Amino acid sequence: MTAFGPELAPGSRAGAAAMTSAARKGRSLWDDALRRLLRNRAAVGSMAVLAVLVLAAVVGPFLTPFTYDQLNKQDVWVAPLTHGHLLGTDSLGRDLLARLLIGLRVSLAVGVVATCVSLVIGVAWGASAGYLGGRIDEVMMRVVDVLYSLPFIFFVILLMVTFGRNFILMFVAIGAVEWLTMARIVRGQTLSLRHKEFVEAARAAGVSSGRIVLRHIVPNLLGPVVVYVTLTIPGVILAESFLSFLGLGVQEPLTSLGTLISTGAQDMELAPWLLIFPSIVMVVTLMCFNFIGDGLRDAIDPKDR
Amino acid sequence: MLTFLIRRLLVAVPTLFLVVTVAFFMMRAAPGSPFQGDRRLTPEIEAAINAKYGLDRPLPVQYANYVGDLLQGDLGPSMKYRDKTVADIIGEGFPKSATIGLSAIMGAAVIGVGLGVAAALRQNRAADYLATSIAILGVCIPTFVTAPLLVLLFASKLGWLPTAGWGGVRNLILPVVVLALPQIAIISRLTRAGMIEVLRSNFVRTARAKGLSERRIVLHHALRGAILPLVSYLGPAAAGLITGSLVVEQIFNLPGLGKYFVISALQRDYTVVMGVVILYAGLILLLNLLADLLYAALDPRVKLA
Repeated sequence: MTAFGPELAPGSRAGAAAMTSAARKGRSLWDDALRRLLRNRAAVGSMAVLAVLVLAAVVGPFLTPFTYDQLNKQDVWVAPLTHGHLLGTDSLGRDLLARLLIGLRVSLAVGVVATCVSLVIGVAWGASAGYLGGRIDEVMMRVVDVLYSLPFIFFVILLMVTFGRNFILMFVAIGAVEWLTMARIVRGQTLSLRHKEFVEAARAAGVSSGRIVLRHIVPNLLGPVVVYVTLTIPGVILAESFLSFLGLGVQEPLTSLGTLISTGAQDMELAPWLLIFPSIVMVVTLMCFNFIGDGLRDAIDPKDR
Repeated sequence: MLTFLIRRLLVAVPTLFLVVTVAFFMMRAAPGSPFQGDRRLTPEIEAAINAKYGLDRPLPVQYANYVGDLLQGDLGPSMKYRDKTVADIIGEGFPKSATIGLSAIMGAAVIGVGLGVAAALRQNRAADYLATSIAILGVCIPTFVTAPLLVLLFASKLGWLPTAGWGGVRNLILPVVVLALPQIAIISRLTRAGMIEVLRSNFVRTARAKGLSERRIVLHHALRGAILPLVSYLGPAAAGLITGSLVVEQIFNLPGLGKYFVISALQRDYTVVMGVVILYAGLILLLNLLADLLYAALDPRVKLA
């Protein structure tokens, strides 16, 4: 009790509140990290911008005067700020603002869902390999090595042609390819954790391996994993746009930032706004994630600064 | 050293074999076949073509035949380009892709290390912020945005460089720049982080205490250690670049390997896809081995065993 210092003496209400939350999570460590994060202006600014972008992607499409698939035959290739089209229209007279908001929504959704898939597979695989060790570790990591040696685009094309151009499966496909690096990071961390005292203690108390991994190892992996996640989301958004560039992305009339950019690039001399606005939104989105990721890394692992 | 080389080569062979196996069966598990789709074939003709390429036999037999040919160095005929073998196609495309990719990665390494060192030496000052911003921008702008924009500026508007095509050195400038930009960004970030850490280490303090000039400390003592993280990054990155970037080859209309690869994967040109996958995996294994050797040469603490 005395370890908490005089201001957290038992009996005081603040002390009691602090202690219950301290009991729930490693309070001081994460509090420090949060404080360092909030001092990082680039990261805080990025979080604000990203919040606006997410809001725009979720609510925006309901507020535009045109829908993303509405054809306006008399307003083909209209420049920005004419005929009520804030950002102009495309070759079919569709409103760019409405399409941009839908595209942002799709890209963000792909980023988050695919990253979650890669997170689940990567953490489960890496933590099991690292904790079980020995032969099993060797075999599991060899699988990762082999998959690493196959070109990314090979997987994606195969998954695409196997499962068809299904929106949901595309998320899963990209996530199923992105988990390899996550598995390596998690395994490395697990190797250093498995001989720590608290794991020994759990093992001595007769806790099963699966439970130790789930309750003791995984929570302690959070730091590096969180950082890597914020850097995976932009990677996935890029991967999706790359697929769109190949014509394997989301299907018309639905769209994504990558689809908008690659079609915009085709018409850039006639209608530069079709390339410029989606590119700006894409770059801003990716930059936000990168700044947040850098900020988190500095905050959680201060020696790297 | 020699035992290390032999051991690594002994591990590389089964890895490569596993890659071949996984890629072979994944490719065949995908629906469709090379002779479907383009024209309506009568069942008899389709059966005859399948028989010609051995596709009518059971899968394990086809696999055994393929591996048998492979061991004799025969990658087989292309199934789509009627009178070309896989070796022809790789021989045509690979030198072009490798020229562009190698120029890009080497240029990026020189510029990126320079920027990273400059940023680390002027940490948290204007030059550092400039270099960091360039780095983040470089990571966030996809190649299929930079490529059309640079073409628009330098080819269409200014007319300094050709828009596309394979020819003289002038044709290569834009593709190389487009490929190098994101690499410059990543390399400069890695170098900056490495340099900052090394500059705080004891041997640098010793060098300072001996009264060495700052220039000598940075170039002779710190740089070696600072580029260590870079070495392990460059291997896989170089493999990806020299086997050809599809986006760049498509936009600049270059007859490189990346384009062949994606077209072949989409058309199920089994043998061409396998050939490129083997080339890519072999390059990754080779470059990782080179990276490890370089690592040991740069860091006297690493012992190869």
